Amino acid sequence: MDSRPIPSGRSAAFEYISTRKDELVGWARKFSLFPYPFVTACCAMEFMAVSATPYDTDRFGAALPRFSPRQSDLLMVVGTITHKQAPVLRKVYEQMCEPKWVMAFGACAVSGGFYQNYATLQGIDQIIPVDIYIPGCPPRPETVIDGIMKLQDRIARSKHVILTKDF
Amino acid sequence: MAPELLQRVRDAVAPLVERFDLSHGMPVLTVAPGRLLETVRRLKEDLRFDLFLDVTAVDWPGEEQRFEVVYHFYSTQHRVRLRVKTRVAEGEPLVDSLVPLYGSAGYTERECHDMFGIGFRGNPDLRPVLLYEGFVGHPLRKDYPKDREQPLVPTRTREGQL
Repeated sequence: MDSRPIPSGRSAAFEYISTRKDELVGWARKFSLFPYPFVTACCAMEFMAVSATPYDTDRFGAALPRFSPRQSDLLMVVGTITHKQAPVLRKVYEQMCEPKWVMAFGACAVSGGFYQNYATLQGIDQIIPVDIYIPGCPPRPETVIDGIMKLQDRIARSKHVILTKDF
Repeated sequence: MAPELLQRVRDAVAPLVERFDLSHGMPVLTVAPGRLLETVRRLKEDLRFDLFLDVTAVDWPGEEQRFEVVYHFYSTQHRVRLRVKTRVAEGEPLVDSLVPLYGSAGYTERECHDMFGIGFRGNPDLRPVLLYEGFVGHPLRKDYPKDREQPLVPTRTREGQL
């Protein structure tokens, strides 16, 4: 162990810290969500409201929408998805790099909402895995923020594989 | 609609239509499918109904002439609307296309073909417009089950499977 005295003018605090790798990576990832807004319907209005200044998802590091799935890690499915759109949504999901999370925003993305007919997909979890469901028609901004925070908790608590054996 | 114009419309189409009614002041013309094109041509060229608004259909299940094809027109000169209806049977749901008269009829005829399976003789492009290739049936017909879905992407079956 180095027992030399600390040079004056430099603080001893936080020269190094100890933490678990998953906690550290999870902490970093949960505050740098790059959403890809897959916005199809009236929930978009609420998405704008929650993104704008009064509610401000930027506080959660989830502000900057990336309009390329390859640069994003949070797929926000905002609005009704039809069967005709389903292949597009599936392709967008497949183009996103790991790690990635999916948010079903609003009743239609969660379950098809009040549409049960020839056209409407009965919830996006029929074709892609979903991490967080936000109910409401449309959801209140508070509900969306609660959903983002729950997703952040989930990210912070999960395993974060950085190097795999195939790397 | 001004009485003089109404009388002009009535006189012009009288030899062609089966019925001439008024619905909330708007003329409603009922014609046989064979006389549709000639009636509309007269409305457009002689009476200046220059704007084609929409074509849709009504399904009357159990009736001999099952489908009622409904057209709406507008005259930008007179600022009035007009409705034309014609009935076709289930066995041969076919009417003449209005594309030769109104180019904008192409898309709405495609939609009507999607939803009700009405054929438009002379429309050069009746591919699905709102539906997708491979969709079986016509969803706005009354005998289409309201919750029958025709997915394009296979459904996930168990947790963790994409």
